[in-house]
Amino acid sequence: MAESASVLEMRGITKRYPGVLANDAIDLDLRKGEIHALLGENGAGKSTLMNILYGLAVPDEGSILIDGQPVDILGPHDAIDRGISMVHQHFMLVPVLTVAENILLGEETMANPIFIDRNEARRRIVALGRQFGFEIDPDAKIENLSVGWQQRVEILKALYRKARILVLDEPTAVLTPQETEEIFAVLRRLAAEGHSIIFISHKLYEVLEIADRITVIRRGRVVGQRVPSETNEDDLAELMVGRNVQLTVDRGESHPGDVILSVKGLRAKDNRGREVVSGIDLEIRAGETLGIAGVAGNGQAELVEALTGLRKPTDGTVTMGGVDVTGWRPRQLYESGLAHVPGDRHRWAMIMSFPLEDNLVLTSYYKPPFARGTVRQDDAIEARATDLIDRYDIRTPSAMVAADTLSGGNQQKAVVAREFSRDPTLLVLDQPTRGLDVGSVEFIHRRAIEMRDAGVAILLVSAELDEILELSDRIAVMYRGELVATLDGRGANKEEVGLLMATGGRDPEARTVAS
Amino acid sequence: MTATGDRPAVPFWRRGRLGRVWNIAAVPVASVFLALAVAALIILGSSIITTGSVDWGLPFVAYSALLQGALGSPTGIFNTILQATPLVLGGLAVGIGFKAGLFNIGGYGQFLLGATAAAGVGAALATAPAPIGMIAALAAGMLAGAAWGWIPGALKAWSGAHEVVTTIMLNSIASSLIGFLILGPLLAPGFSFGRTGDLGNSALPIILGGNIHLGVLFAVAAVPAVWWLLYRSTLGFEIRSVGANPSAARYAGMRPAFLIMLTMSLSGLLFGIAGATEILGVSHFMIPSYGTSIGFDAIAVALLGRSHPFGIAAAALLFGALRAGAGLMQVLASIPVEIVDVIQAVILLFLAADIVVRRLFRIRAAGGIADLKTVTSSYGGRAG
Repeated sequence: MAESASVLEMRGITKRYPGVLANDAIDLDLRKGEIHALLGENGAGKSTLMNILYGLAVPDEGSILIDGQPVDILGPHDAIDRGISMVHQHFMLVPVLTVAENILLGEETMANPIFIDRNEARRRIVALGRQFGFEIDPDAKIENLSVGWQQRVEILKALYRKARILVLDEPTAVLTPQETEEIFAVLRRLAAEGHSIIFISHKLYEVLEIADRITVIRRGRVVGQRVPSETNEDDLAELMVGRNVQLTVDRGESHPGDVILSVKGLRAKDNRGREVVSGIDLEIRAGETLGIAGVAGNGQAELVEALTGLRKPTDGTVTMGGVDVTGWRPRQLYESGLAHVPGDRHRWAMIMSFPLEDNLVLTSYYKPPFARGTVRQDDAIEARATDLIDRYDIRTPSAMVAADTLSGGNQQKAVVAREFSRDPTLLVLDQPTRGLDVGSVEFIHRRAIEMRDAGVAILLVSAELDEILELSDRIAVMYRGELVATLDGRGANKEEVGLLMATGGRDPEARTVAS
Repeated sequence: MTATGDRPAVPFWRRGRLGRVWNIAAVPVASVFLALAVAALIILGSSIITTGSVDWGLPFVAYSALLQGALGSPTGIFNTILQATPLVLGGLAVGIGFKAGLFNIGGYGQFLLGATAAAGVGAALATAPAPIGMIAALAAGMLAGAAWGWIPGALKAWSGAHEVVTTIMLNSIASSLIGFLILGPLLAPGFSFGRTGDLGNSALPIILGGNIHLGVLFAVAAVPAVWWLLYRSTLGFEIRSVGANPSAARYAGMRPAFLIMLTMSLSGLLFGIAGATEILGVSHFMIPSYGTSIGFDAIAVALLGRSHPFGIAAAALLFGALRAGAGLMQVLASIPVEIVDVIQAVILLFLAADIVVRRLFRIRAAGGIADLKTVTSSYGGRAG
């Protein structure tokens, strides 16, 4: 692509929210046919900038130029009219409608006010798909499509509306590596045909792979611009976080002490009544981390729930610190030293409509100093919130704002802060860094290692194999409800664990003795 | 986007603490004014039917008579307070349910049971020394209401039966049950119709004017008490947590099933007090066909007050004033008192369609009214 004129320029965009400067004089330019990555930590101001571009927020200062002409974008309709389209992280599709119906939604009155020309719409959708290298069935229902295909429908929706500028907000967060490759191919094709793409991400290797240029934002400011050929992951990470980041955290030898958690023959059923935890035996000692690797959906979620009091085991025993705690309720387990960072933040870990400070004491609100008898002690709750926000670097305008106004990464930091600060003897971490940027991942990993070194027993469940390898002293592989192998954390390599995850170790050579 | 540094300053009522109240209260307040405007149109329309021409002044005559009837004299003000008393208690009852994600439309039955229990116990202790009968009757009313509220709570906690369905059924059962009680064990001899006996010493004393009874103070006290419970106690935090996210409440170590039973019992208890004070302070005996729309009026009050105790008090006073002033409006402007029901219903329509109100008044979205989610949420789902 030759040096071409900017299709979009954002100049000096400044946006203040009460207590935060979300965007501080940001300049951004997008060329025709370019894939421009916007890189930044959770809460750096990427989403605010894109909301301004899409007309969802009004900037306090600054101007937007499209094809060199200053424009006012007053709402999403305005943005769409000017050829700007956004593919959100959480898809805006109606599951029970078909692909064609979803694409027509909101567009149906344009051509003919009464009747929708479905056949014409179908033809255009199929043609558009072919143009960018995929065959799509316009009559497939969204609920029957994989996440990767749903994303393609979102992109088609934008193209159907004649978008020239596409904004993709963390498009790969929900995709498998294979799907990510496929969507990258589509994006390259789009760029080659002259579309311009803003690609928001905090995954460094992806940005290096797909982008033509990379703009890095930190705390609301542009801190640098790079071309992939002249940079690397370490450089980008340092730019993004503002300090030298170690992408892998060193950890010392573990010094296992007494057995803290002992599980024998544990069985549990999922919500549909199928047995998905089929006789688990495991032991974790004080000061060691046991990582459970496995492809998502092999019973890990139910195992964690059965261990943390959220699901009744159907059989087996759970012993904590020598006490039989099988079937205990969450609060009894917490009182015995359990802390739990759940994998599903929205479902379990937070009450999104409540203030951040209430969420920071969600598992200890009933105890002194946060309550005296049954009376809430607001001062103590506020003091704890201020302390945790500071120590865990939770980016928020105040402790009083509702949790759902925080970015996902900061919500996760809040959950981790709350649970880590409860002085547990057993820590259960389920996907503790999902959706977090490198700086936050490093931070949480360091804290987890500190906890281990302080003698806490840690059970780590993660779909990120890198995370398992980085933190675990021992690794157990879960396959179809069973632990099929246990490996030493230091000796394990990625390929070996990956193979066990995929096959359950049916190859007898790959199988080692389960403890 | 051109430079916008000279954007108009934020008006004072949208800033700071006042701003937070404005965010919550803007839509309800706007809905009230819109409903009054719609009712004015209906009054104008009615003037065509009755006089053959549009009487442009009629809405003003009607509303000023309404205002005068409600607030224009000490008697009017007393009537407003008296009308508002059960609405405050009922509104709090429904509101506390909303906070826990429960839609208690069994207020009718809980009120009737509370009223009947108070009437029965009060009459039985009519000759006991002064406060004994009164206290026992009030306690009986509370317990009866709480028990009647506990049933749907327990059904939901144990079997997942939706409280909307069970409370509707329990309303029918309650009205038959009080008929059986009043015409049976509680029947007072010597009357030409079925009623409970005289209260004697069990009646609530009049404390102000000709009709303000001691029960009014219970309603006044209940407002800060419920506020304290919801926002200052750990129990209130648990109730609100269960309403906002039952799964997270369980994770946090709370017991949703227990909290659902407790909240429904508290809700029933408040309706029970409402019933008891109406009998012990106003009508002084109970009849099998006692008519009341308290169950539904209380829902309107709770929605208009956005389930906040202070908002509920304000909404109850408004509805109380409308009812107290309606009589004078009928006399002076020949507008039937039922126009008050129309106003109440239209307020609810605007609350439900809050996007219309926001557009009209350019109120920025601060999320919909959460309680309506409870009202409209789907059936089923086992608690806990």
